[in-house]
Amino acid sequence: MTMIFGVPLAVFMGQLMLGLINGAFYALLSLGLAVIFGLLKIVNFAHGAQYMLGAFAALLGAQYLGINYWLALLLVPLVVGAFGALLERLVLRRIAHLDHLYGLLLTFGLALIFEGSLINLFGVSGASYPVPEALAGGIKLPFMFLPTYRGWVLVAALVVCLGTWFIIERTRLGAYLRAGTENPALMQAFGVNVPLLVTLTYGFGVALAAFAGVLAAPLYPVSPTMGSSLLIVVFAVVVIGGMGSILGAILTGLAMGLIEGLTKVYYPEAANTVIFLVMIMVLMLRPAGLFGKEA
Amino acid sequence: MMSQTRSFRRLPLARAVAANTLLVAGMLGMAAPSLAQDGISDGEIRIGYLADMSGTYRDLAGPGGLEAMKMAVEDFGGSVGDAPIEIFNADDRNSADVGANTVRGWVDQENVDLVAGMVASSVSIAVTKVLEEAGGLAIISGSAASSITNEHCTPNHIHYVYDTYPLANGTAKAVVEQGGDSWFMLTADYAFGHALESDVEKVVTDNGGTIVDRVRHPFPTSDFSSYILQAQGSGAKIVGLANAGSDTVNAIKTASQFGLTQTGQQLAGLLIFLNDVHAMGLETTQGLLLTTGWYWDMDDASREWAERYFERVGKMPTMVQAGIYSSTTQYLEAVEAAGTDDPATVRAKLGETPINDFFARNGRIREDGRMVHDMYLAEVKAPADSESEWDLYEIKATIPAEDAYRPLSESSCKLVSN
Repeated sequence: MTMIFGVPLAVFMGQLMLGLINGAFYALLSLGLAVIFGLLKIVNFAHGAQYMLGAFAALLGAQYLGINYWLALLLVPLVVGAFGALLERLVLRRIAHLDHLYGLLLTFGLALIFEGSLINLFGVSGASYPVPEALAGGIKLPFMFLPTYRGWVLVAALVVCLGTWFIIERTRLGAYLRAGTENPALMQAFGVNVPLLVTLTYGFGVALAAFAGVLAAPLYPVSPTMGSSLLIVVFAVVVIGGMGSILGAILTGLAMGLIEGLTKVYYPEAANTVIFLVMIMVLMLRPAGLFGKEA
Repeated sequence: MMSQTRSFRRLPLARAVAANTLLVAGMLGMAAPSLAQDGISDGEIRIGYLADMSGTYRDLAGPGGLEAMKMAVEDFGGSVGDAPIEIFNADDRNSADVGANTVRGWVDQENVDLVAGMVASSVSIAVTKVLEEAGGLAIISGSAASSITNEHCTPNHIHYVYDTYPLANGTAKAVVEQGGDSWFMLTADYAFGHALESDVEKVVTDNGGTIVDRVRHPFPTSDFSSYILQAQGSGAKIVGLANAGSDTVNAIKTASQFGLTQTGQQLAGLLIFLNDVHAMGLETTQGLLLTTGWYWDMDDASREWAERYFERVGKMPTMVQAGIYSSTTQYLEAVEAAGTDDPATVRAKLGETPINDFFARNGRIREDGRMVHDMYLAEVKAPADSESEWDLYEIKATIPAEDAYRPLSESSCKLVSN
């Protein structure tokens, strides 16, 4: 059997595959954060909670309204995204002119409120969301048994990531968005409704988190605390990639998934810390992040 | 962020009435109630309930455990003799520092007589150190580490419901006897996981099995796919889960997604609570073997208490929540019998009294603080065999109290002379 650093090739390939899947997930979540920070300069600490709300909305929708997985994948991001837009309109806008730190504290407070209320209502054990019928079972790859659903997560996350990157970097709408954040007054003068653009952008970032939440629902127990542990990792990914860099978030997400996956084979005790080690190194060598522009 | 509720506060009117009753009794030359009022510090029994009220371990003890304690106090009549019972509670947030500081405050400023609940083993060990210095008493119901009454034993605490020794002894032994003789250990990388891992490995090798490999995962972990893949690659017949709470739940769910059981391997969960099985559902967990200290549907006495609990909380109780009721009642009875809430005297009284109630069978509290009682080997039912939402376990065997726990002859507790 071919061995790679003392690990059979089959196991090694399997771990790379899993790393890539987790990486796609990190990419999707950090993408939402990067969009919100890059365009609005809001450090959205409620991102983990919004991801959790997405998973919960899917779960409750299935339990009480009989909404199936595919419909949830479409509806939940819309509903949670609209809720996000409402938050921006009613709460975040009032502190938009203040230092970033206030936005960070405010969104963190909101996250605690969302989590706390759901813990009160549902406890912390959580509930499970069934894998949709069409994606049940698995595929026998030469090196591993890949559950079909995980394969789907990889594809769906990558498609949404690249689609988002395309819209923001390559379309006219994206150009308006980027211009609106560079110089809102000038854009306003050209007749573009900048406040509306800001609200919609925040809503879109939140919708991305909710989309990730629906994708995650069949994988992990849906519980109120599912977002808080992930949030810190995702923030590290965004910092490594460069705050606000869209492509940076996607590529770093994938890379960190791979690095974490390999750590789980060679030194599992460090699996939760390896991303932060990378973050420290990047901050020392390139403070603006791998893909960030030097300020 | 500590929240405190004071219940059963003695009303001035009640105090006056009580005093008058005593006066009248004295004038009539009748025997005063046997309880020596002087023996109760401040004339009140104060119990502090310390547990994880908001994190990973909330559902196995948490607010439900507090409710169980309130039930015990109410059923006892709200007072011991003339001394009313007051309950404090705080969230330790699974932090040893928070737990130790809370308890120091309770003992120094509030004269709390008993600290109860306690889940994370690290919190319990820190709290009992405080109580050993300050002179208090704790009854630990939620923690798992067997070291709590071994190298970390103190004269100031009792470990009531279960520990890692019978978990390993019950489940691992049964699995090896059924032919599961090669093991892959998946261990949470902290004190409790290591303790459970070494207890399990000893049982497996003593019974003729082998440990093929082990992997230690960070606590907590949400994505177990990599570890499950490693377990699949190991060729071991049994994948032993030396973890707890959401880690166990995530590991079992992932194993089912990756078809671990379809490829001929079997999972052995070592610390699984009723709420975990309920959350994962029978489809995922059926056939899982586990060791438990109590199950609500064991017999009439258990069912009767569990139904009353269910009416108040809306969920069936875990063994920890039942143990909190049982141990609170035992404590109050010991205070009543001893006529004092002095920790050493009550601790001695508790050691003299055998425990047989809806929770514990053949129970007794040893000198190392371990409450030994019958433990049970249970199997999670198949969905078709379950008749109701909480009909989850079938009890397969009883492990007698004296065989279940680490024998005193192997103890390294300073209170045991070996």
